[in-house]
Amino acid sequence: MTKRIDKRNIKKEKIPRVAMPEQDPEKRNKNFNEVTLGYTEEDALREASRCLQCKNPECIEGCPVEIDIKGFIKLIQEKKFNEALEKIRERNSLPAICGRVCPQEDQCEKVCILGIKDDPVAIGRLERYVADRELKRKAEGVKECAWSEITKQCAREKIAIIGSGPGGLTCGSELAKLGYRVTIFEALHKSGGVLVYGIPEFRLPKEIVRREIDYVRSLGVKIEVNMVIGKILTLDDLFSEGFKAVFIATGAGLPYFMGIPGENLNGVYSANEYLTRSNLMKAYKFPRCDTPIIRGDKVAVVGGGNVAMDSARVAKRLGAKHVYLIYRRSEEEMPARNEEIEHAREEGIEFKLLASPVEIIGKDGWVHKVRCIKMKLGEPDDSGRRRPLPVEGSEFDIEIDVVVMAIGQGPNPLLTSTVPHLNLTRWRNIKAEAVTGKTNIKGVFAGGDIVTGAATVILAMGAGKSAAAAIDEYIRTGIW
Amino acid sequence: MYKIVKKEKLVEDIDRFYLKAPLIARKAKAGQFVVIRINEDGERIPLTIAGYNRSNGIISIVSMRVGKTTSLLSSLREGDNILDVVGPLGNASEIENFGRVICVGGGVGVAPIFPIARELKKIGNYVISIIGARSKDLLILKEEMEDTSDELYICSDDGSIGYHGFVSDFLKEYLEKNLTGNADKKKDKRITRIIAIGPALMMASVAEVTKPFNIKTIVSLNSIMVDGTGMCGACRVEVGGKTKFVCVNGPEFDAHQINFELLLSRQKTYCDHEKECMDLYKHKCRLPE
Repeated sequence: MTKRIDKRNIKKEKIPRVAMPEQDPEKRNKNFNEVTLGYTEEDALREASRCLQCKNPECIEGCPVEIDIKGFIKLIQEKKFNEALEKIRERNSLPAICGRVCPQEDQCEKVCILGIKDDPVAIGRLERYVADRELKRKAEGVKECAWSEITKQCAREKIAIIGSGPGGLTCGSELAKLGYRVTIFEALHKSGGVLVYGIPEFRLPKEIVRREIDYVRSLGVKIEVNMVIGKILTLDDLFSEGFKAVFIATGAGLPYFMGIPGENLNGVYSANEYLTRSNLMKAYKFPRCDTPIIRGDKVAVVGGGNVAMDSARVAKRLGAKHVYLIYRRSEEEMPARNEEIEHAREEGIEFKLLASPVEIIGKDGWVHKVRCIKMKLGEPDDSGRRRPLPVEGSEFDIEIDVVVMAIGQGPNPLLTSTVPHLNLTRWRNIKAEAVTGKTNIKGVFAGGDIVTGAATVILAMGAGKSAAAAIDEYIRTGIW
Repeated sequence: MYKIVKKEKLVEDIDRFYLKAPLIARKAKAGQFVVIRINEDGERIPLTIAGYNRSNGIISIVSMRVGKTTSLLSSLREGDNILDVVGPLGNASEIENFGRVICVGGGVGVAPIFPIARELKKIGNYVISIIGARSKDLLILKEEMEDTSDELYICSDDGSIGYHGFVSDFLKEYLEKNLTGNADKKKDKRITRIIAIGPALMMASVAEVTKPFNIKTIVSLNSIMVDGTGMCGACRVEVGGKTKFVCVNGPEFDAHQINFELLLSRQKTYCDHEKECMDLYKHKCRLPE
């Protein structure tokens, strides 16, 4: 007689969350290669096996684009990797990017049920694994789907999208899947927006971005670079040329400076300039590439978000002996992802917390010293974080060659200033309805950082996705 | 990809390129600029739009060979392509009937001054032009400026043609001669606007000359740029004590409000890099020193 095995009594072997292999900090702080190396197939299967396949999963709701997380992980468990990718792609056109830069710890992984008693399933790492696996195998040169093919299928209306960052790419791919003829207009010479100019190579390799964008193109989306809407074509021109709706996803492309003395000295950069030179223009390869960047010995980065972490880690890789991250609050209040803060610390970034610059002192037109003041935390402000207050008489100087201001980015006024009747907030962001992205102008939608202020890649993608649904409804029904 | 449909050598080291760029040609206005990138490893540089033909979709740019990128550009021929050209960027020149205006162009600055002088003339201004170069052989667009100006004065640093001296020196003498002394004479000759384009030092000198005469003087600034759309701040200058971006607030500003010392200092930010790049390029191309 065989003993009936009661499966409920078998305790599942508790598998710890599979670690992500990484380059050694002292090695990686001297190169621009990707820091995280990605799971192997074995790692991925092991991690996927931790997923409880909950009857009522919370993770899907935690995802701004509602990926069927339970579904794709099940497919990984079954070694059906291509199907897993297709499952993700039903909801997310940029999985290799999201798997890398999403703050999963604040989203899907935060609400993972396994995470209640154990470490949550490494959902982001699994998404990345599946996406990378396909990119590795895919033949080079995905062709842009010929418009004639699309018109054979269903010649639907023309939609214009301004900005080829995550918001614009997502909106474009969703509309293309519905059969619309989409053209994305990009101001820079390369598409991707913050994915190419803002996030460094070692966090998001540009080859990955290029291939993800190729996928978007393969859906039939046309991307035109070197097109600054507001200059080469106005919004009215787009409607005159037959576009039936416009989605504005121009991002947070205005650098903020503190307004302290000395900010225009040589050697002071906005994070936008510093990162654009390094990431987009490849200044870290100078003189192989022509765009220069100042490689200071002692660099001060002012700020506490992901952009500040990126700037500091770029400075280290450019050869700085000391990189100081100056932030006016304490580490708990830092908006940067914990993973980025940890990586920065491991790479030797020196944190000067509860400090803020008051003056940049120059010598012969160049940065020489930064005068800072110590801060203490007072009562919470509008953001809910404790307000930093200067401690009188606590000024101190640090000798610095390069300063990078990474204190935030605002809405670039170039487009909005050419559309005077477009309603803006007092911060000059575009006023748009939360889910639909509708602005006050008929047929004009907006989403992403241009509406919310600087936020994340995935939130912009979520906005692009929901705006696409709203645009589709507007075109089909004619109701505004 | 933007095709070079025609290339003209204006003088030694200064070329004019005609590019096929129909959308830019359709919208371009005098005073605006484009940002170009020659190839995949290249940097982005701003160049003023020297001309535009809305019907045939061609724009022209004038470039002086000074460093790696402009040297690379000058080596291109008709039929070659420039990888990226974006524009028209910046604010257009203010073109109004001001009355009697003086247009001052120094060196390669005569190229952007020309379309502005032409527009000012078209709208009814009396146009007095002062153009200069280091020597007779380096003077550009003399015929074009002659055709478009009511009065044209030529200057050369070495005296090989026209007035021996800088354009700013000539301007000072001209203003003193025509605007001082007899009140009636002054009234007829009153200058209501001056616009000057050329090397930063020249524009600074012009500003100094015109200040005591209280004549509104506009200059077009040539700071270092990366994107040209206001997203990075590389081109920031101080105007009237406030920080402005040349690419979106300019490129033209009231000369008397500009901190020229800061502009000149910031222009030197990458001198070492520029030299390194140029040395490598010369070595590669075996260019003569």
